[in-house]
Amino acid sequence: MPVATNTKRNLVTAALVAPAAAWLMIFLVLPFIAMLVFAFGERAPEGGYQAAFTFAQFARLPTRAAAFWNTMVLAPVGALLCLLVAYPVAYYLAVKADPRYRLILVSLVVVPFWTSLLVRTYAWMYILGSRGIPNLLSMIGLEDVRLLNTPCAVLLGIVYGYLPLMIMPIYVSLEKLDRRLLEASADLGAKPVSTFFGVTLPLSLPGVMTGVALVTILLLGEYLIPQLLGGGKVFFIGNALVDLFLQSRNWPFGSAIAVTLVAVVVVILMVAMRIAFRVAGTRQVDLV
Amino acid sequence: MRAFISSVYIFLYAPIALVVLFSFNAGRSASEFTGFSTAWYGKALGNTFLVSALQNSLMIAFTSATLAAIFGTMAALGMERLAPRNRAIFDALFAAAIVVPGVVIGIATLVALVAVFSFVNPALATIWPGDQPPQLGLGYGSIIAAHGLFSMALVTMIVKARIASLGRDIVEASSDLYATPLTTFRLIVLPQILPSILAGFLLAFTFSFDDFIIAFFVAGSKTTLPIYVFASIRRGVTPEINAIATLVLVASLLLILTARILMRDKKPKSGE
Repeated sequence: MPVATNTKRNLVTAALVAPAAAWLMIFLVLPFIAMLVFAFGERAPEGGYQAAFTFAQFARLPTRAAAFWNTMVLAPVGALLCLLVAYPVAYYLAVKADPRYRLILVSLVVVPFWTSLLVRTYAWMYILGSRGIPNLLSMIGLEDVRLLNTPCAVLLGIVYGYLPLMIMPIYVSLEKLDRRLLEASADLGAKPVSTFFGVTLPLSLPGVMTGVALVTILLLGEYLIPQLLGGGKVFFIGNALVDLFLQSRNWPFGSAIAVTLVAVVVVILMVAMRIAFRVAGTRQVDLV
Repeated sequence: MRAFISSVYIFLYAPIALVVLFSFNAGRSASEFTGFSTAWYGKALGNTFLVSALQNSLMIAFTSATLAAIFGTMAALGMERLAPRNRAIFDALFAAAIVVPGVVIGIATLVALVAVFSFVNPALATIWPGDQPPQLGLGYGSIIAAHGLFSMALVTMIVKARIASLGRDIVEASSDLYATPLTTFRLIVLPQILPSILAGFLLAFTFSFDDFIIAFFVAGSKTTLPIYVFASIRRGVTPEINAIATLVLVASLLLILTARILMRDKKPKSGE
């Protein structure tokens, strides 16, 4: 009897996870294997893929060095700019804000993240475009100011688009912070500034790490912001991928770039997790 | 500090407000407001390409979110019964589905589906009894599959968090009182996780409705609303796009606010 119920229990468990397992296999694992296979193949004469085993695609990666360079510089810089704006907001929401309005204020930060990034980026195209801010500037005598299609426009779009995603993890880690530690620090004679740098900031580092890692990783695959605000002059890996897959139809080379991108993402994740682990570890030691 | 916080909120909302404002502009201009008018909304809704793109997006978002809500909830319920090693594999795969950039998901799905179709279509042609064998291709199905991947991971994450916060004692009490596992699920567990399932559904719907980059790769000849908007933006900025953008904004605002209300933790009642 116990054996029979055990078998039945296992069958129910298997039935529950089977659809998700199948979906993950067919639409995540299999596509990644296919992409890896393509990356070692050759471009067919008419475009697409031709079976082969060659490292030629990876050897050609330097021809797209500009896209890699832009992405690797602007993604971390954008994430850090995001952090500079996000931290004070998260701190205010978690520590200073009136609890009665906290939920509304937090909602107001989250809501933009779930509205169309396309529309939000379009808004900046509109503002930075020739009929927007440059038009206003020309009224006060500053002629021919170009804002759109510059790295600054892309960075602005990045901060705008990803600010909510940076604020949330920091807010969560600050909200969990034990207020008694801040009081203890003040009671022991620490100035507010040293309490902040000695207690608050170190304890919120896991949230900061999560935010920076998350935003950087998503930015590495960004397409819309550089496309719309960089206007083809400031292009990311994502733009190179769209070009290779949908215009020049060089799928093996595109796959090789995508595989490289995933490898970079994995490395960043591992470093972030290691640092987060170390931060969490030292914190425990400190508290004991 | 307050001044800084206020300016960040203005920074977050002013650009959106500007888009909405100029959707009501009477003239064609994007910088000069020449009078209030809803003409651009009429023009947008009279545009058959736009309306069919909207219908496609709604159908895709509804289907992928529904599948994700059902399968994601099942996975969340099943995963806590798995051996730790198998559970870790699922956790890793779901995390990958969320963290891998959309552009890579789009490419990988495109490459895999085209490879599969290149085997399946000739095979179908040889075994098909009629004259015109069906041709598998990119389209609604591939968009739903790719959106469903992220959405399922999202629903599983949200529902799992809710299950973890449930008290085990009430489930044990139910089985002590001779309720079958199914009855316990129906009367005890389901009512408690239902808000999180709905929230997951709404977030999944919003994600699919707003996604551009994945659909851009796997849509084939089909058009979704974000793909249509993207193509229109490249042709030039007009108040008609502002009108469409405003409609998209309002739709996602309603969805996300409902989801947030559903996800809000109920405060424990006092005096119990």
